[in-house]
Amino acid sequence: MSSDAQPAAGTGVPTLVIEPSKGWAKLELRELWRYRELLYFLTWKNILIQYKQAVLGVAWAVLNPVLTMIVFTVIFNKLLHVGTGVYNVPYPVFVYAGLLPWNLFSGSLSSAGMSLVGNSNLITKVYFPRLVIPGSAVLSQLPNFLISFAVLCVLMAAYRVVPTWHVVFLPFFTLLALVTAMGVSLWLSALYVLYRDVQYIIPFLVQIWMYVSPVMYPTSKIPQKWMWFYSLNPMTGVIGGFRWALFGEQAPSSMFWLSAFMVIVVFVSGLYYFRRMERVFADLV
Amino acid sequence: MSTAIEISGLGKRYMIGAAQQRADTLRDAITNAATRPLRRLRHAGSSTGHVSTMWALREVSLDVEAGQVVGVIGRNGAGKSTLLKILTRITEPTTGRVEIHGRVGSLLEVGTGFHQELSGRENVYLNGAILGMTRAEIGSKFDEIVEFSEIAEFLDTPVKRYSTGMYVRLAFAVAAHLEPEILLVDEVLSVGDVAFQRKCLGQMGAIAGSGRTVFLVSHNMGAVRGLCSRVVEIEQGHLVADGPADEIVGNYVAKQLAGSGSVLDLPRPLGDPDELLITAVRVLDDEGETHGPFRSSQPIFIEIDVDVVRPNAAYQVGFDLLSGGGLVLRTWHTDGPPDDWPELTVGHTTLRSVIPPGLLNEGSYAVAPRADAYRSHWIVNGDEAIWFEVVKDHLDSPFSWVRNPGPLAPLLDWRTASSRGSTA
Repeated sequence: MSSDAQPAAGTGVPTLVIEPSKGWAKLELRELWRYRELLYFLTWKNILIQYKQAVLGVAWAVLNPVLTMIVFTVIFNKLLHVGTGVYNVPYPVFVYAGLLPWNLFSGSLSSAGMSLVGNSNLITKVYFPRLVIPGSAVLSQLPNFLISFAVLCVLMAAYRVVPTWHVVFLPFFTLLALVTAMGVSLWLSALYVLYRDVQYIIPFLVQIWMYVSPVMYPTSKIPQKWMWFYSLNPMTGVIGGFRWALFGEQAPSSMFWLSAFMVIVVFVSGLYYFRRMERVFADLV
Repeated sequence: MSTAIEISGLGKRYMIGAAQQRADTLRDAITNAATRPLRRLRHAGSSTGHVSTMWALREVSLDVEAGQVVGVIGRNGAGKSTLLKILTRITEPTTGRVEIHGRVGSLLEVGTGFHQELSGRENVYLNGAILGMTRAEIGSKFDEIVEFSEIAEFLDTPVKRYSTGMYVRLAFAVAAHLEPEILLVDEVLSVGDVAFQRKCLGQMGAIAGSGRTVFLVSHNMGAVRGLCSRVVEIEQGHLVADGPADEIVGNYVAKQLAGSGSVLDLPRPLGDPDELLITAVRVLDDEGETHGPFRSSQPIFIEIDVDVVRPNAAYQVGFDLLSGGGLVLRTWHTDGPPDDWPELTVGHTTLRSVIPPGLLNEGSYAVAPRADAYRSHWIVNGDEAIWFEVVKDHLDSPFSWVRNPGPLAPLLDWRTASSRGSTA
């Protein structure tokens, strides 16, 4: 049946080798780059569907953070007297500036965590680097983020808060938020393929995570000796960085760099875990 | 001639019972991890335990020359789809190696990634990208795709308002405009109406004729015969036959006939255990005998055993009657007016249909059971077929000892309508 293989050493003929993979997977970033258009199309699809299916659509992107801000202001600021720490801005602006990266993060987790199982019809029928799926789920949170950001601008104008020159670093912190979201999403989406109870864990995780992140209170509330531990949470750095870029005052401390380092740890480990599990997705999903 | 696909020693092993063994929830995984040392102590020595494995594909080696059109045939569960899934990189092999020289396109399903809420236009771009086309490529072929699909006026309508036919047309139109050097195709020809099927076959034929390498997995013996120059047969994970299409298909059909008579013995029920299962299919004569050959002058009964798990008024159970040449005649248990439909209630039902006497010609025929939820989705998609043989004995003509061409031989009425000759 099989004859001796004649390796076609033709010039310019792309050759694909399929073999069982061993050990840790390679990241294959070059291949990922080749599929950038698919990433674009899937992101575009997610965004279209988000706004086509939701009756409130764009309004939701405004209402969600604004209503949360109002509730937090009443509960934490007015009733529990939580302040804004080193930031000399009104509490509503302070809390909204924290909610902005937080919602980007939590929205990504919720949609990207489910993304692989939700797209099982794609995974079992077509090959492409699976990273594209959670990747597009995270990127499709950006329009919501931008809408919420526009509301922040209005809010800051209304409270006459003038941003400092640090605001030029805002894109960097947005990127940091995206990388954090991506890292955690990679872990969750891959785990969800393997373990179906992850879908119940995600909402719980998001909820708990918000309380251990400086969304509704300033980091100055954390005792100094525990600050290093608190900074192991990547979102501590992201949210802190956001507020610093907007309202200035204190330069990022060494604790910020610990948080930023944790972002890298989560992202890189997520990437490797995802790549390693990727080969069995089609068999399990 | 250069080699387009080199497959050597390819194998794929699945864990059976792994679903029970493997922790399905994180909770179990954690409990397992916590109690593992304890279990190790208790069952010292039997560490790997009772996980049994199944080779879906074993030691398959095959070379495909560039420009060859190769058909892969075999029963359901023989390993055809696993082979295709490895070649398309959807799943990884356990052993062996494949080298593919050239740009690969794969088509395991038409309309992969179509979204109900999106318009036809949006879905063309999305589906094209999923199939590996670049934006520029889709853009340049967009008009051709629309023309091929014949649904230009509904292009901006959400796909959810499309009929099944329109949906399939559009989906196939995108797929038919893939231009890879090597095309890997699964059973995708059995969709759409007859006219459109023919058009698709023509388009596939054009691809096959243009020097491209095609690797086609199919149950449609007619299509395999018509399109492929070479056919390989897979049985229980092994490659058991390889040769010219006519010879291999002929032997395969003969083997099916010689097999277990006209009872489709299913290794596992067909369908969805949450909805509806087809557990057996029988072809019987009027005395209840299942071995052929069947006489065309007698009724031939088709019995399908159905287990309904979840009731649904939209279920349709039926079968395709296929001739050896690939002609399809489809019938559903809901073909008549609603009052006449046999009832499908939860539990076990045997449906019986009859091929009337005096319809079939002499030859081999197959019955492929089907089930669907009307306009929603397939539950059994004609993947498994049962073959039987018919001898023609319903025509008394002294001339009918030769076999007329075609799958049907009904006795049609003939009389003189007018005559102008002299009667004297």
